[in-house]
Amino acid sequence: MTAALLIEDLHKIYDNQFEALKGISLEVKQGDFFALLGPNGAGKSTTLGIVSSLVNKTRGRVTVFGHDIDVAVTRAKLCLGVVPQEFNFNPFERVIDIVVTQAGFYGIPKKQAAERAEHYLRKLGLWEKRFERARMLSGGMKRRLMIARALVHEPRLLILDEPTAGVDIELRRSMWEFLKEINAAGTTIILTTHYLEEAESLCRNIAIIDHGQIIQNSSMKSLLAKLNTETFILDLEQDIHALPVVEKYALKWVDEHTLEVDIEKSQGINPLFAQLSEQGIVVSSMRNKANRLEELFVSLVDKNLPKEKVSLV
Amino acid sequence: MNSSTPEDFSSARYRQLLWTAFTTIVVKEIRRFTRIWAQTLLPPAITMTLYFIIFGNLIGSRIGDMGGFGYMEYIVPGLIMMSVITNSYGNVVSSFFGTKFQHSIEELLVAPVPNWVILSGYVIGGVCRGLAVGLIVTLLSLFFTDLQIHHLGVTVGIVLMTAVLFSLGGFINAVYATTFDDISIIPTFVLTPLTYLGGVFYSINLLPEFWQGVSQLNPILYMVNSFRYGILGVSDIHVGFAFGMILLFIGGLFTYSLHLLNTGKGIRN
Repeated sequence: MTAALLIEDLHKIYDNQFEALKGISLEVKQGDFFALLGPNGAGKSTTLGIVSSLVNKTRGRVTVFGHDIDVAVTRAKLCLGVVPQEFNFNPFERVIDIVVTQAGFYGIPKKQAAERAEHYLRKLGLWEKRFERARMLSGGMKRRLMIARALVHEPRLLILDEPTAGVDIELRRSMWEFLKEINAAGTTIILTTHYLEEAESLCRNIAIIDHGQIIQNSSMKSLLAKLNTETFILDLEQDIHALPVVEKYALKWVDEHTLEVDIEKSQGINPLFAQLSEQGIVVSSMRNKANRLEELFVSLVDKNLPKEKVSLV
Repeated sequence: MNSSTPEDFSSARYRQLLWTAFTTIVVKEIRRFTRIWAQTLLPPAITMTLYFIIFGNLIGSRIGDMGGFGYMEYIVPGLIMMSVITNSYGNVVSSFFGTKFQHSIEELLVAPVPNWVILSGYVIGGVCRGLAVGLIVTLLSLFFTDLQIHHLGVTVGIVLMTAVLFSLGGFINAVYATTFDDISIIPTFVLTPLTYLGGVFYSINLLPEFWQGVSQLNPILYMVNSFRYGILGVSDIHVGFAFGMILLFIGGLFTYSLHLLNTGKGIRN
């Protein structure tokens, strides 16, 4: 099956001689929900900018559903919808006009454009705001407006560059549900985000880019399986006045009703609970100190640590 | 979902895409300048009315004839042309720079719209504003003088070509501009002096021979005089030569504008 996105040996050197991409290669399969992660300045937005024709590449090849952006750019662009990181609409235009106009740029006749605009604005909870100027919308509404605009020509590949940045948690979760829905309907999605919980929850495959190179490209499941150690926070039912002594576990004192513990995958957690219970300490709740993907991400991109010494198996 | 299947992309569908995209840009541009009519359509109407009253009526009545016509009749074609030039240029330079500034140009760059369609859309948007203001000024001039059209083809042809030419000029200015100052430098320091010295208010035959020669290097002189020829039937220059020059400039500026878009100058990293 043709890849939704195929990137081969992509290079980008900016005019100031900064080498943003050092020959990255990447394949995103049709129907995938793909996370492209990396620290600020790693090359994510440059990569997505080249794919969406906003940045000129230095060399390399990009195909979207088999259409090379150098030789079949019209067909490639028809397959592509882009939700950028920054708001990039005219704030003085009305919401409905922004969406209908974008449909026009894709050759969609006015009547059909109006129908689709209504469909997506309703889906994203913006229909009531359709006659408002875009600048009057809240930050979350502006993000949803950009999603509606990107979907109005019903692309096969949707690129979302930090779509939930600055969006409150309730709205973020409703956007996740919406994205899952359109992915289930067949749209391939590529997502960049700084909320690693978001990537872990939504994406099946992942690439991590750092200093213009792909340093990890695998399924989310196999990547998370590499996590050897997790840190948990234990909330205790009664206050304690001294750090309990337990065998084989490195407990840390946080405060009189909270402990922290690093647990290796091979250890399991039940023996710890048993030892605590013997000392009359009851754990009322337990949570990860950091998101699992976040722990991996930090390990992978931490320049100060050699890659082979990070906590990966 | 996923109705965009480029595999069944026929040439008829491609033509339809181009036409829809082009009309979308033009309608968007017209909607923009009509939405802010108090900034785009009203000021030239007021300015030109003042020109008609002060230069045409008050001062013009003491000047007497110019080129065989009353002074008011003589300056009306030049003032109409001046409005067309400044407004077609101003529309494209402010609109295109605005889309760059707000990054809404990205809406077009990610879409399957060829660069020549983007350029044509913006140019026609500029032409529409130039013609709209030209029409308003023409209607206002009827309160001050009887306007007879000597040659309709020349009149319409020259005004259209001039609007196209200066829309292209505005486009190039917008591509190079990086600040709001940059979009006012050319209109203030180049366009306005050339327009005032382009025979709007006087016949170059009044100038000493040397300055007549210098004036002939001013491209706006050819447009103003050709337009005046279309309305009054008099001109300081050869109209056919003027048409040729304007066409040549349009070809040159269109090619250069397209080159700027293709290389992504000022709009793509």
